[in-house]
Amino acid sequence: MIELTINGKTDKFPEGKTLLECIERTGIKLPTLCYHKGLTPYGACRLCLVEIAQNNRTTIQSSCTYPATDKLVVNTDTEKVIKTRKVIIEVLLARCPDSKAIQKIAEEHGIKETRFKKRNEDCFLCGLCVRMCQERMGVSAVNFVNRGSERKVSPPFDKTSDVCQTCGACAFICPTERIKLEEVSKNKAVPILHEYNEGLIERPVAFIPYPQAVPNKATIDERYCVHMLKDACGVCKEFCEAEAIDYEQKEKKIELNVGAVILSPGFEIFDAKIKEELGYGYYPNVVTSLEFERILSASGPFAGKVLRPSDKTEPKRIGFIQCVGSRDCERDYCSSVCCMYATKEAIIAKEHVGEDLECDIFFMDMRAFSKGFDEYYQRAKELGVDYIRCRPPTVKEIPETRNIQIEYLADDDMKASREYDLVVLSVGLQPPKSINEISEKFGIELNEFNFCKTSPFKPVESNRKGIYVSGPFTEPKDIPETIMQASGASSKVLSLLKDVKGSLIVPKEYPPEMDVEGQEPRIGVFVCHCGTNIAGVVNVPDVVEYAKTLPNVVYAENNLYTCSNDTQEIIKEKIKEHELNRVVVASCTPRTHEPLFRNTVQEAGLNPYLFEMANIRDQCSWVHMAEPEKASEKSKDLVRMAVAKARLLEPLQKRSVPIIKSALVIGGGFSGMTAALELAAQGFDVHLVEKEKDLGGNLRRVHYLLNGGNPQEELKKIIEQIEKNEKIHLYTEAKIENIEGSIGNFKTTISRKGKSTEFEHGVVIVATGAQEYKPKEYLYGQDDKVITQIELEKRLSKSSEWASVRNRIPKNIVMIQCVGSRDEERPYCSRICCAEAVKNALRIKEISPKTNLYVLFRDIRTYGFRESYYTKARQQNVVFMRYDEDRKPEVSKNGNGLQVEVFDQTLKMPIEISADLVVLSAGIVADEGNETIAKFLKVPLNKEGFFLEAHMKLRPVDFATDGVYLCGLAHSAKAADESIIQAQAAASRATTVLSQDSIELEANISHVIDESCDGCAYCVDPCPYQAITLIEYMKEGVVKKTVDVDETACKGCGCCMATCPKKGIFVKGFKLEQIGAQVNAALEVQ
Amino acid sequence: MSDEYEPLIISFCCNWCSYAGADLAGVSRLQYPPNIRIIRVMCSSMVHPNLVIEALTKGADGVLICGCHPGDCHYEDGNLKTEKRAEAIVIMLEDFGLEEERFRLEWVSASEGPRFAQVAREFTEQVKKLGPSTYKT
Repeated sequence: MIELTINGKTDKFPEGKTLLECIERTGIKLPTLCYHKGLTPYGACRLCLVEIAQNNRTTIQSSCTYPATDKLVVNTDTEKVIKTRKVIIEVLLARCPDSKAIQKIAEEHGIKETRFKKRNEDCFLCGLCVRMCQERMGVSAVNFVNRGSERKVSPPFDKTSDVCQTCGACAFICPTERIKLEEVSKNKAVPILHEYNEGLIERPVAFIPYPQAVPNKATIDERYCVHMLKDACGVCKEFCEAEAIDYEQKEKKIELNVGAVILSPGFEIFDAKIKEELGYGYYPNVVTSLEFERILSASGPFAGKVLRPSDKTEPKRIGFIQCVGSRDCERDYCSSVCCMYATKEAIIAKEHVGEDLECDIFFMDMRAFSKGFDEYYQRAKELGVDYIRCRPPTVKEIPETRNIQIEYLADDDMKASREYDLVVLSVGLQPPKSINEISEKFGIELNEFNFCKTSPFKPVESNRKGIYVSGPFTEPKDIPETIMQASGASSKVLSLLKDVKGSLIVPKEYPPEMDVEGQEPRIGVFVCHCGTNIAGVVNVPDVVEYAKTLPNVVYAENNLYTCSNDTQEIIKEKIKEHELNRVVVASCTPRTHEPLFRNTVQEAGLNPYLFEMANIRDQCSWVHMAEPEKASEKSKDLVRMAVAKARLLEPLQKRSVPIIKSALVIGGGFSGMTAALELAAQGFDVHLVEKEKDLGGNLRRVHYLLNGGNPQEELKKIIEQIEKNEKIHLYTEAKIENIEGSIGNFKTTISRKGKSTEFEHGVVIVATGAQEYKPKEYLYGQDDKVITQIELEKRLSKSSEWASVRNRIPKNIVMIQCVGSRDEERPYCSRICCAEAVKNALRIKEISPKTNLYVLFRDIRTYGFRESYYTKARQQNVVFMRYDEDRKPEVSKNGNGLQVEVFDQTLKMPIEISADLVVLSAGIVADEGNETIAKFLKVPLNKEGFFLEAHMKLRPVDFATDGVYLCGLAHSAKAADESIIQAQAAASRATTVLSQDSIELEANISHVIDESCDGCAYCVDPCPYQAITLIEYMKEGVVKKTVDVDETACKGCGCCMATCPKKGIFVKGFKLEQIGAQVNAALEVQ
Repeated sequence: MSDEYEPLIISFCCNWCSYAGADLAGVSRLQYPPNIRIIRVMCSSMVHPNLVIEALTKGADGVLICGCHPGDCHYEDGNLKTEKRAEAIVIMLEDFGLEEERFRLEWVSASEGPRFAQVAREFTEQVKKLGPSTYKT
């Protein structure tokens, strides 16, 4: 070690370093242009100069080339140094006035203009490119040529180089952007396209795939890495201060013994190049929807700016073309998601660009069939998104403007065209390219569309036992359906492997907790450099010194990476060595790193809640990069605030509540029974409560399915299984009188035939079902020739007269869609009616091919594989006629028959049809009993009376209230196979609770101070979880009022705390005094 | 009002949306003035009106509360309660002789880094224009 005095501070440094390296270690930043850590110092720019005092005299030296020797006294900021540096900057600025790097340094030093005569060159001979090419790449494709004032950088003979490997390092490193790869290399540089950004921009060889990548770590693309290809370069290894680069890492083959496999290989988007008429791949301004999704993203290629590829200008008109690679001759299925994603993209594009952006969507049928989708579609229309119903269009480019003309056959069969700046193709979902390989490897069957084959009543199972499937691998589907199916598949695996469940889990053990009660706070502060992420801006050593001056801080240090494994050991040592009872880490965000540090302090025997973080990276060094001094001051403030809160931290305990290992399933329909069987198969007791006499719910009225299977047989089988299952306690003709308690500990009272029964359970699954809408329109109930689809289905069932006696089926049948759906009263789509109509139509055609069938519809929503049955129905001459919501069909009596009048949207004229039977596709309405159940469980309903899940996309079977789950029609309209999936998913989610012995509840929850509470009850109503109740108690012979917090229901939002006028209730870890201490510390007051 | 005046702003950000949005501004290296001191709270509805008034009367030049957009609240509808409380806070400001512009409530989601930076810039500018708080000693 040697000793150096830098700016008056003496410290030890390793031997054999340059002065610049030693100075940088202290956190002082010197400007440099020709210095690069991976290259031999050259001393060309001389910006890093310092004043060195030796033998009673001082000299100005460039620190990058000056060897650090013992006892040197160095100053980096004397007047002489600054003055000289400024002159150098002016010289550089005169030589290369356009260099952004030089301009930036000039600006940082307060230089606006150079006094020297400008030479307007673009190279100041720093030699970085020459050194890089020679030293690291071993190529020497560029070098200095000529002498004196003629000296320049060039490949030999001013010609492009043969030996250049086109790595681009010279251009990358050049501070003046002088080096152009095409002038250096004979070979054409092929950009590496950024995969995550759909190839819209380039990416480097070493890269983090995308901002949310897990793990969020860089990777090296070995196909292009110079080191891996030629054993040269290796610069990244030297730069990585965490020493994380390992070129030797090899692909490893790992063998795992597993009892089951879940296949979720996802999907691929349709290759739009196949549809040549849409110009994708030829016209730059035709992009796919996934590319557009990236264009819209803040982390996308243009940082969220909506720009079109050809000229990077903002489009004024965007056209979306639907069904690209869906619903065509080769792919007779609907991709289910494109209508909604196009609508979403149009809305977001308008949000980004402004209302004036024109967004037109060219579509065939608007398939907004899921929960809340139709309302979203209506909102898009209100926001000015224009929907143009047409046959599949074609495009052509207008060469002068590169705009795109969309040509289409409009709804009235007339040719039309419109011009757009950008066209987005809503590409469909396809099976993954590797599907055949997967199928072969796992021995699973594929269906006619080349997706994985499943059967209607086993929607998460492949044909091979033990291999389960989920996601768009089995059929195109949206996020919630994907999540449900994934949970459903895991439920199946959990049943299969129930005997070995949890056997690979190793519980973590911590040392006994130190008692810090009554101790004066002894705080340790650890300030992170985060490599250069923080230290590059913030003066970290200064922050550490400052932290040491704060009250109760007994120890402070800086770390290169506070989150590294070795630092965790250091923190634990320091806790012991200095008897720390509070720890503050000043680094990044608690959202990602608090759990790690809490674990560390716990490993040292401290309560994990005696820890606090100061976010000096994400909310300081990264957002104030150009203001290092202010950022350093702010960092000190943030540390002071964290220390102030740390002083008041108290040990908190996570409460543990034992779990009653049984479930209540409300509703004995198909979903409820499926969920009950799933739970029983996993070994849990189930209380299944059904209000009617018979099990089965709506499935009792389903006689056949579109995609095969026999529902009544299946129902019989399931009911038998339920009745003989010892784990399932069945209560029919039962009414729920009360449910109380919360996750892990519910108590339910039911009444049956006047008798009341009570039982306890740990979770609840809501499967209350729904009903078919009883139409008020179209003479329903007035004329027995007007019936609903379910009534029709009964007449078509195998045992019925219609199916067995010839010619019983009426000659002319009209079906009317959207009866009681998508109207003002019920603005939602009932999802299943289109497929039901197609199903019944096909059944009629099967029994009586001569029957004339007319289906009057608004949009045919046969999503997924249902589409092929729609095609089949059309092929069998079922006539589909579209009506407009403003001109609904009219049904009137006509002698013995009926007359239906409809305004046909293609012919644009009214048409009269004589009908012997009118079938109404009545929608699905929520069960009236939902309201009572919702109140018992403290869960919300949506405005149509269906239960409202925790998150429409990401948590489709959970409620915001823990321990309560949802499935089947109670959630929203859905088909039988979808109900099975959701029921299995609900069971799977429920077992995440039931499989634990006790549940740990968050420690940061509300706590009442009875002495301060006067029972005003202001806090009771605002609590979103109804966790607070007003109670009375006796104190010194007087009745007093206070509130009681249900600790299992409280989630610690603190709404009560902010409502309380008396400081009578607070959230642990976020007490008013704790937050107040942070405020005071920020303001430097008491 | 001198050019030198740099306001000090206290910002309460909810853990789930706005604090994450502020983090994203950092991850995206979006620059904003260094006047804001963020205090993490679990929900914007946790912020007692007294905290806001105390901060302002103890010398903060501005207070910014950030929560999730309506409908996005991690605690169902805490943000809507904050919105109602904000109305009360504005009335209290008047009683304390403080300008309404010293307080602001904004919705910033976890994916809105640019929006957080924008709000930070705007609010700093707004408070700067008002000059130092009269409560500043």
